[in-house]
Formats: sequence, structure tokens, C-alpha cells
Amino acid sequence: MKRKAWKAAFPYTIPIFAGFWFLGMTYGIYMHVSGFSFWYPMLMSLTIFAGSAEFVAVNLLLGAFNPLQALVMTLMLNARHLFYGISMLDKFKGTGWKKFYLIFGMCDESFSINYTADIPADVDRGWFMFFVTLLNHFYWFFGATLGGVFGSLIHFNTEGLDFVMTAMFVVIFLEQWLKDKTHTSALLGLGLSVLCLIAFGSEQFLIPAMAAILGVLTLLRKPMEKGGDAA
Amino acid sequence: MTLTQQLITILMVILGTMLTRFLPFLLFPAGKPTPKYIRYLGTVLPAAVFGLLEVYCLKDVSLFTGSHGIPELISIVVVAALHLWKRQMLLSIAGGTVCYMLLVQLVF
Repeated sequence: MKRKAWKAAFPYTIPIFAGFWFLGMTYGIYMHVSGFSFWYPMLMSLTIFAGSAEFVAVNLLLGAFNPLQALVMTLMLNARHLFYGISMLDKFKGTGWKKFYLIFGMCDESFSINYTADIPADVDRGWFMFFVTLLNHFYWFFGATLGGVFGSLIHFNTEGLDFVMTAMFVVIFLEQWLKDKTHTSALLGLGLSVLCLIAFGSEQFLIPAMAAILGVLTLLRKPMEKGGDAA
Repeated sequence: MTLTQQLITILMVILGTMLTRFLPFLLFPAGKPTPKYIRYLGTVLPAAVFGLLEVYCLKDVSLFTGSHGIPELISIVVVAALHLWKRQMLLSIAGGTVCYMLLVQLVF
């Protein structure tokens, strides 16, 4: 059962492998040049497993001691996970002890794959999602540690490799688009995010964009349910 | 910062991340029926979130300076075209990424 789930899960994580060892290494190198020993990226990639929060954590560690600010910054930056949790309430049901790890490791990439993947009927869903999460977690840990240890020695031209994450989200957006009968929600997500990006700038737009998406989807509940968007 | 202060700061980041991930599951436990409104959100949010994530990935692209977002635009079109043509996730992602790397390293 586990073997089958592993075999089904691994191909989905190959793009994450490319993206995470690169991003993880960038993070490890960043910690290295900021004066932290490799223990920091190694242990932080293992325990936090949220890329953007870990980059911000470097700045928090370099600044003055302010635990409340650290907490609030992380909550704001990671508030999008609330949406992932709401979407996964049903899918994580009945996964037993694995559920704890699935929630712990629900980063953007784990969520996107586990939500959209077409898991074959004869493959155990719980183990499939578990391996997707575990592999992603390992790639990130591996990259961050490598970057922390060999930070200053690595020189080859990887400029642009980080686009692999953007490309993956384009594919996931398209897959969801092809599955949906109506596209109100997808278009709202794109449109409202772009509007908020223009209005609030790249550092501040995430929270207003999420509030706008939540607000408009709530207002549109009746017509959306009638129109089959929520089927 | 002392080591203790560093540890507390890191613990706060862990706590903040875990709160955002576990909260929906704590509020709506599997044993109880989930409110209809939340179930509605669970079905319509993902499509919107994938749009949000795409914009999030591109948030630092400047349309008015540097390469004006042209390599990003071309590469996204390549990803989408490859995907609509073959519908092979890895091929679409690899094709788009190689295209982007060539564009930013050699052309722009």
C-alpha cells in the first residue's frame, strides 16, 4: 500500500525538488552570509517549513528582540494557510495519525498538489498525501542545510531557476481551471489579487487580497451555489 | 540577541505558522458537521487561492523597469501552451523554466 502511494506521489514532487533545493539553498546561503551557522537553516527548515516565513525570520533574528512582532508578522504572512485548511477539512478526514503531519507540512506546494492531484482509486489517499508532504519537507531541509554548509563555495549560473515555482502554479491554476465548470472564483482570485497588488504594493497586498476574496465570495454565495460553482 | 532570545523568536515563528495551519481543523473538528458556509468556502476558495499564489509569485516583477516582465510573460505563455497541448505537468514546468532561464541569462 505504501509502495504504491510512494510511486504515485513521487512524480508530482519532481518540480518541487527542483524548486526547493534551489530556494532552500538560497535560504541557507542567505543565513550563512548573515552570520548564522548551518545549524540555524537546518533546524529552522525542519521545524518551520514555510519558505517565506523563514526568510523573514532571518531579518527578525538580526533585529532587536521582539517576540510579539515575530508572532504577528508570521501570522500575517501565513494567513493564507487558513484558506488551505478550510479547503482540506474533508480531504484530510480519515487519514489517522498522518493527519497531524499533513497539517504541519501544509505549505503552498503540498497544499496545491494534494488538493489538485488525481489520485488513482487503488492508491491510499492518506499515504499519497503523506509522501507528497514528506518529500517536499525533505527537499526543503536538504536544500537549506546544503546552502548553510557550503554557502560560500557554490558558483554556477542558476539565474532564473526560481521560475520553476511560478511555472508550477501556472500548471496548477490551469488544471483547476480545466476541472471547474465555471471560472468566477479563479477570475476573482486573479483580478482581486492584481488590484490589491497595484493598490497596496508587493509587501502589503497579501492580507487585503485575502480579505477581498473572502468578502466577494461571501457576497456571491447565493448566485455561486445556484450557478454550480460550489458543486 | 542572546541564544535564548533567538530561540524564543524562532519559537514564535513556529507558533505563528502552526496556528494558521491547525486553526481550521481545531475550529471544525472531523467529528462534527462543518457549517454550510465553511463548506461553501472550501469548494470555491481553492480556485481563487491558486490565482492569488500566481500573483504572489510574480509580485516583485516590475513592468516599468528592467525587462518589463517580458521574460515572465513569454515563459508563462510557453507553460500554458505546453500544458494545453500535452497536459504533462513535468514537461510544461520544465519547458517554461528552461525558457525563462535562457531568456534572463542570454537575452535580457
